[in-house]
Amino acid sequence: MMDESNPYLPYIVKVEDAWYETPVGDRAVKTFKVTFEDEKVWDTWSHRPGNCAMVGRLGIGESMFCISSSPTEEGYLRFSIMQAGKVTSAIHEVDAGDTLTVRGPLGNSFPMEEWEGKNIVSIGGGIGQAPLRPVINYVRANKDKYGDLKVLYGARTSDLHCFKTEFDEYSGEGTACHLAIDVEEEGWPHFVGFVPDLLMEVAPSPENTIAVTCGPPILIKFVTQNLEKLGFTPDQIYTTLEERMKCGIGKCGRCNVGSMYVCKDGPVFSYETLKKIPEAFA
Amino acid sequence: MGDYKFAKDKLAEVLSSLGDYQVFAPTPAGDVVRFLEVKDPAAVTLESANSTVPPKELMFPETETLFKYRLGDTGLDPSVPDASARRLVFGIRPCDAMAYTIVDNLFSWDFTDPYYLNRRENTTLVGFACGDPCANCFCPSMGGAPASEKGLDALMFDLGDTFYVKTLTDKGDAFAKAAGLDAAGDAESKAAEKQAEEALGKVKRSIDTAGIPEKLPSLYDHPFWEQFSDRCLSCGICTFLCPTCHCFDIQDEAEAFNARRARMWDTCMFAEYTVHTSGHNPRPTRKERTRNRISHKYSYFPEKFDVIACVGCGRCINNCPVNIDLLDILEKSKQAEGKEAKTA
Repeated sequence: MMDESNPYLPYIVKVEDAWYETPVGDRAVKTFKVTFEDEKVWDTWSHRPGNCAMVGRLGIGESMFCISSSPTEEGYLRFSIMQAGKVTSAIHEVDAGDTLTVRGPLGNSFPMEEWEGKNIVSIGGGIGQAPLRPVINYVRANKDKYGDLKVLYGARTSDLHCFKTEFDEYSGEGTACHLAIDVEEEGWPHFVGFVPDLLMEVAPSPENTIAVTCGPPILIKFVTQNLEKLGFTPDQIYTTLEERMKCGIGKCGRCNVGSMYVCKDGPVFSYETLKKIPEAFA
Repeated sequence: MGDYKFAKDKLAEVLSSLGDYQVFAPTPAGDVVRFLEVKDPAAVTLESANSTVPPKELMFPETETLFKYRLGDTGLDPSVPDASARRLVFGIRPCDAMAYTIVDNLFSWDFTDPYYLNRRENTTLVGFACGDPCANCFCPSMGGAPASEKGLDALMFDLGDTFYVKTLTDKGDAFAKAAGLDAAGDAESKAAEKQAEEALGKVKRSIDTAGIPEKLPSLYDHPFWEQFSDRCLSCGICTFLCPTCHCFDIQDEAEAFNARRARMWDTCMFAEYTVHTSGHNPRPTRKERTRNRISHKYSYFPEKFDVIACVGCGRCINNCPVNIDLLDILEKSKQAEGKEAKTA
């Protein structure tokens, strides 16, 4: 866990490996596999699917990202980061052998224990797959505790899918992977269309099932509507929110939706909770 | 806990006798009065009704270093204040002392903030009761009073030629001892009590907050916010001068190779406060920002910490360049017809 006496002090992490998930260029997604420079940190570190961390570069700043590796992947942390602004551009300059800073784990997490015995449907779009990956890998690593796993994942084009090399592993006994792209591509054998439509095509049963979704706000909005059409109740639907953040520990003020701080009370919310907060969808 | 006094013309002497402490007191600085470290006791003023800049800056400075480092190195040198230092705030008004007790909730929930909390721990608060409340004060409506003892280690009253000092904690007693104050008697404590009661009667403005925290969320989409936000200039002065506003930004700064990570006051009244990297802003106009400022203080904060984040000091009213009146907003919110929170 973080230095209890000073939650503003980050850990120094070494980048073991770094690679692009999507074509190099503006808004590319790059994954960083990191380990703590001080190995003793592992003795007290523990995180859960859904937890976030402030990742940064000294001299530039830090921003909040979800930890995109599951705690069942031991010995490293992974962050999959889209280049967008000042901090993410600086982080993208980093490669294996360089250092970054990590402050965390922060925020709440998916209630994995509560979901035991249930089927899990993961519905992601674009970089929104990053917080879903630890859920998927956690369920896969604890197969005996969960029912069926369905992974639904879409992106604008096939090369914009993140974690492509893992898709084959998602299909197997009790697990299925359904991919989508927005626009037809030659040789694409899977669904063509938006993720909410893919959801209606796959039409998972709501019975004893939890749906987890993340992606752009418009995706979350229509996926949620379609889940309700399929018979899912708000307490069966989970998502993660994001807001601009600075402290990550519920002090600096800006990330609130209503009375909830997304950094501290989130990022994971059930749709049942979000329905009561008008600002959640602002 | 005891009763003490000192002659008014001995003020400079008393302040000079506190050599063990780093002492802060209200001091004119340009066009404003703020709490500065006392270098020259003669510069201190107790005449001002209240400081323009609240003494929150003594616990939560406008800008402070979180840690220092050298660019290119990974060693971090935290700049956490020493909890065992001895600091004393002299002449803090009861509302501003009460404000600390509210902000304490924020800086100590879950993750504790050593920068703020160490300063709170190492500081003695010697309050100064208000004999003449300002025109826009409404502290009694917020659970305070012109002579409230909340959060204070000692409370001082202006009794004409004499200052009467009532100590309230061990820290307050230590101050009285260090300052070598004389013992006071019944006459002084009775006079102070009378003054406190009279001052309470002189507070002109008020608001009944009952029901406001519960109602504000139902006004999320209400157009009444626009009556106020339309003329707001987004200058942020209402938040910068608010003793309970605590929002901050964090920035890395470097000069040559000497770098630091610092935090500085920020304000929810600025558009940039919430804007996402994508350009999307969940609070794009002054309406959403005004709604958030009021809702945070009077609804979200009490929902989380069971206390309204306002002490009724009146600074936001006094200093708004376009005369937006907080109490007017609150009154209108009570009249406005709310509706159930909408669903997405």
